[in-house]
Order: sequence, then structure tokens, then C-alpha cells
Amino acid sequence: MKKLIMALTVAASFAVAGPALAADKLKIGFIYIGPPGDFGWTYQHDQGRKQLEKELGDKVETTFLENVPEGADAERSIERLARAGNKLIFTTSFGYMDATVKVAQKFPDVKFEHATGYKTAENVSVYNSRFYEGRYVQGVIAAKMSKTGVAGYIGSFPIPEVVQGINSFILGAQTVNPNFKIKVIWANSWFDPAKEADAAKALIDQGVDIITQHTDSTAAMQVAAERKIKAFGQASDMIKFGPETQMTSIVDNWGPYYIERAKAVLDGTWKSHNVFEGMKEGLVVMAPYTNMPDDVKKLAEETQAKITSGELKPFTGPIKKQDGSEWLKAGETADDKTILSMNFYVAGVDDKLPK
Amino acid sequence: MTMFEAILLTVATAATPLLIAALGELVVERSGVLNLGVEGMMVMGAVTGFAVAQYTGSAWLGMFAAILAGAAFSLLFGFLTLTLITNQVATGLALTLLGLGASAMIGESFVGLPGVRMDSLYIRGLTDIPYVGRVLFGQDPIFYISILLTIGVAWFLFRTRAGLTLRAVGDNHTSAHALGVPVVRIRYLAVIFGGACAGLAGAQLSLVYVPQWVENMTSGRGWIALALVVFASWRPWRILAGAYLFGAVTIGQLHAQALGIGVPSQLMSSLPYLATIIVLVLISRNKRLTLMNTPTSLGKPFVPDR
Repeated sequence: MKKLIMALTVAASFAVAGPALAADKLKIGFIYIGPPGDFGWTYQHDQGRKQLEKELGDKVETTFLENVPEGADAERSIERLARAGNKLIFTTSFGYMDATVKVAQKFPDVKFEHATGYKTAENVSVYNSRFYEGRYVQGVIAAKMSKTGVAGYIGSFPIPEVVQGINSFILGAQTVNPNFKIKVIWANSWFDPAKEADAAKALIDQGVDIITQHTDSTAAMQVAAERKIKAFGQASDMIKFGPETQMTSIVDNWGPYYIERAKAVLDGTWKSHNVFEGMKEGLVVMAPYTNMPDDVKKLAEETQAKITSGELKPFTGPIKKQDGSEWLKAGETADDKTILSMNFYVAGVDDKLPK
Repeated sequence: MTMFEAILLTVATAATPLLIAALGELVVERSGVLNLGVEGMMVMGAVTGFAVAQYTGSAWLGMFAAILAGAAFSLLFGFLTLTLITNQVATGLALTLLGLGASAMIGESFVGLPGVRMDSLYIRGLTDIPYVGRVLFGQDPIFYISILLTIGVAWFLFRTRAGLTLRAVGDNHTSAHALGVPVVRIRYLAVIFGGACAGLAGAQLSLVYVPQWVENMTSGRGWIALALVVFASWRPWRILAGAYLFGAVTIGQLHAQALGIGVPSQLMSSLPYLATIIVLVLISRNKRLTLMNTPTSLGKPFVPDR
């Protein structure tokens, strides 16, 4: 009896305090790995957050914590957002995976969304983007545009997400020029503008005439512009840094997904899921095709349309691995599990994959 | 441009900010003050240089503003540690944190804007000489400043009376004070010089190396400069050697990667650090000389007895 009265009292106080405090707003929290000012990965997540605020206006209130290291700190930061009354929390880097799941167990009424991971729970969703679809289109363009037949690729870390991109790029290029080569430099950093610039210079000095990157700053684009070769942007549209250099850029477009999920929480229809979306769903957007002849532009647009419609899947056989062994038979396509754990190169990549 | 020349130019660009920041810190430490805030002053220089160049359209004005910003920022450190006698290590660390935060705030509206690039030197005839023309006569102005600065600092510290006094303050501030040397004033000047150098190094990053502003664009270069000072056992020419060695191995490993020689990239990325430490430890293995070069009062607070 005593317990019941207490429960009622607590419930009543919540009923009174709840609306007064939150004013029926859905509080949404974001955890960022870098600063929103990186003009790359975190910048695009923050753009998504702003789109969400704009779209849902008074119904939501968002907060974010930036520069949160992956590890013990992450757990504390996520928990802080949960305690502050956020009912939907996006954790936007692979390394937050375990921390997200752990905090989610403590707060069963809070919904969590973890980017690029693979662990789900009743209140933990996973969302990931098929960036490699954009890389395939870039490969096609590169092979058409390159005179030397060699492109330079600046990688961050040899994780599946980056390896997918390299493989997809070369597969796209091989459809135009079967002998196309790429040289790879690993920066071993997501974000070090000066080092990325040095890597771009080294690649150009060794004869590549197209630069593409999977690191977060615009430094490589600037070097390419200075040396008057062509390049692709990364994560955001970097055309301002190379008006005569950028041919296109893969733009991470998180906004629609964030809006969709926030609406689901507001409607009470939110359910845990594991999505791996790309061009078709609008998560991967290509910046305008520029600085190329019309026929190349047309080919790029056609390739993009085929990927969007699902007619073309980049990882479709016959594909050989780098060591010459067979990976996919003719007509066979790779399943998502293989794609998400990709740790080998396909034939044609002029590099040894660090393990 | 030959490949050899291209590599040399890239190495010089990579080494210059380290060299300038380390030379500044060398003078500071020779006066007996340990300022761990190099990274913070550098990043303040980078954002100020970028901002002023953006508004005025002149990279040169940007550079001067960066020098002033670094100096002003170091004055804060000087006031706290020399006048209020706070702990130098803690204050230096705080300066770095403050610099990273403040620069991010100042620079918020500059993210995503292409910057103003400082033009490289071009002398008709000389710059076009094959093999050496670009390296000797075709680099950016800050490169030449860095070389002059090395000569100047070496000359000042070991060939002038003022340099001798500064080293005396760093070696034994009590004796220097007893001899009537204005210890605190000299240390203030040294700290300001260090800040100005760090600011200039930051300007090189945002006006020459990568003409753009992004948060935390120094990415730890201030810390490398600090380490260079110690491993070069407080000698200016060794700092030059260390900075260029670091730059050369950094660029060399990128080229090795692009050639695809199959050495794990993680090992390659750590090579510049390993190589620089090993070489500098080897050249300063003479214990007596090293001890002689270490400022004995380094990091110790000085309160003049009146």
C-alpha cells in the first residue's frame, strides 16, 4: 500500500512537472567525434541536426557535445545527455558502439541511434551509409578523365568503410579502363590538414593526375587546385576550395534520416532497426558534376541513376581479390555482412593493405 | 620541376612551422621558463593570420597580425607565471587548452572559406635555374624568415652580451639577480619572443601550408616543436637539423607508401618521430655537453627578494 501511494505521488509529480519542464518538446542529443567546424564528417552531422531543427521547429530541442573521444569518456557523455532529459540520442562515430549499448541498458525509455556500427538492442538502432556507391561513380569519372591512368587515394585508417571505398572506386574505373591503377597513402589520421596536403603532393609528384580522399579536411583539394589537376571532394561539397578542380563530391546527407527518426519518436512509431542506406534513400548525395566534358558527365549521371534504381550494384562479380583468387563469381553480389567487414583489396589496387 | 626538387620543397614547407616554433621556445627555455602553451599560441596565430588576411586580402598583414596575436597570448602566460608566480607547467597546459578553444570560437565563421595564399618568391632567371632554382629562390617568404631566424637566434644566444645575460638568467636566476640583472624583465621579453615565433609558425600553416581555417589545424605540431627543443639539447642548429629530419622522414614515408613498398603504414607514420628522437639522442649523447646546455633554472619560479 505504502509503495503504491509512493508510486502515485511520484507519478503525479511527474505529471505536473513533466509538461512544465519540457513543454512537450522532444529533446534530442548528438555526440560528435570532432568539431562541427571540421567541414567534413562532423560538419555534415551538424548540418543534419540543423535541418532537423528547421523542419520540426518548436516540437524539438537539440543539443550536442563535440570532440567526444571514443572510449570511457563517450559513455559518460552519452549518459549526461540521457540524464539531461534527451529522449532520442544520436551517437555519430563507429567507436561509440559499446558505450551506446551500455548506456541504453540503463535508460530503457530513451531511444538511441548509433552511426556506422552493428550492435542493436530494443532501444538502439544502427544507421550506416553506402558511401561506396559514390566512390564507384568517381572511379568511372576518374578513368575517363585521367591521362596517366593512375589516381591517388588518401586513406585515413584501414577500416572496412574506407576499404569499401577504395575497392568500389577501382571497380568503377575498371569498367572504363581495365588497366587503371590507384596509389594509396594512409594518413593514419582522420583530420590533419597539413599531413593531408603533404600526402596529396607526394601522390602528384609520383605521377597521379586525379586525387581522391577519405580524410576529413579540404587540404588535398587545395593542393590539387594549386597543381592544376582534378580531384574529388569528401563528406561535404568542397567546390569553393577548387572551383576548377572538383569534379564532384560525396555529400553525407544525414538530415532526412534525422527528421524521419525524430518524427517516429514524436508519433510513437519508433522501432529499433539496422539500416544501410545509400543513393536510393538519399543518404548519399553527389555534388554537381563539374569540370568535365559533357560525355563524361552523362556517363556519370547514368551510372548514378543505375545505382539509385538498384540496377547496378558496385560489388557484383566477376571480381578477383588482389592476390588473384576469386571473390565473386559472375553475376554474384556481395551481401551486406561481407561489405561491412571488408578487409581485402580487389585486383588492380597498387598497395598492400595494412592489417 | 624535377621530382627531387618537388620533394625538397615539400620537406621545407613541412619543417618550417616546427623550426620557427621550436626556435621561439628555445629562447624561452634558455631564459629558464618552460612554456607548454606552444600549441595554443600557434593555433591562435593560425586563426588570426587567416582572419586578418581574409578581411584585408593581404597575407602579409595576416602574418604580422599572427605574430602580434602570438605575442599577446604569451603575455598572458608571462603575467601569470612571472608576476603572479603560478605553476609554469599547469599554466602552459591551460594556455594550450584556452588557445584551442578560443581559436575555434574566433574561427567559427571562417570554416569552409578558401584562404589567401602567401605568394612564393619569383626572381626572373634565378628561380628558373634547374634543380636548385625553386628551392633556393622560389619559396614562400616565411621559409626565408625561418632560416634568418635560425642564424639570428644562434648569433644572439652565443655571440652577444645580451644572449649571455639571457642564458645566465636561465642557468641561475638567483646569481643573475644578485649581479643586478633584471631577471623578470628578461624573462618577459623571452616569453614574448617565443609567443611571436609560435604565432608566425601558426601563420605559416594557415597562409602557406594549407591556406584555410579549420579547428585544431595545428594537430599537435606545437608539441613536436617542444620535443624538438629538448631532443636538440637547446641548440639552434640542432633544432634546424631536427625539424628538417622530421620533415624529410614524414614526406619520405608518404612517398614510400605511394610507391607501394608494402611496409605497414602505421609503422611508416611513426617513423618521423622515431627517427628524429634516435638521431637527436645520438648527436647529444655527450652527457657533459648536454648538461652544460640544459638551462638549470628551467621551470623554477623566481621571486626576487627585495
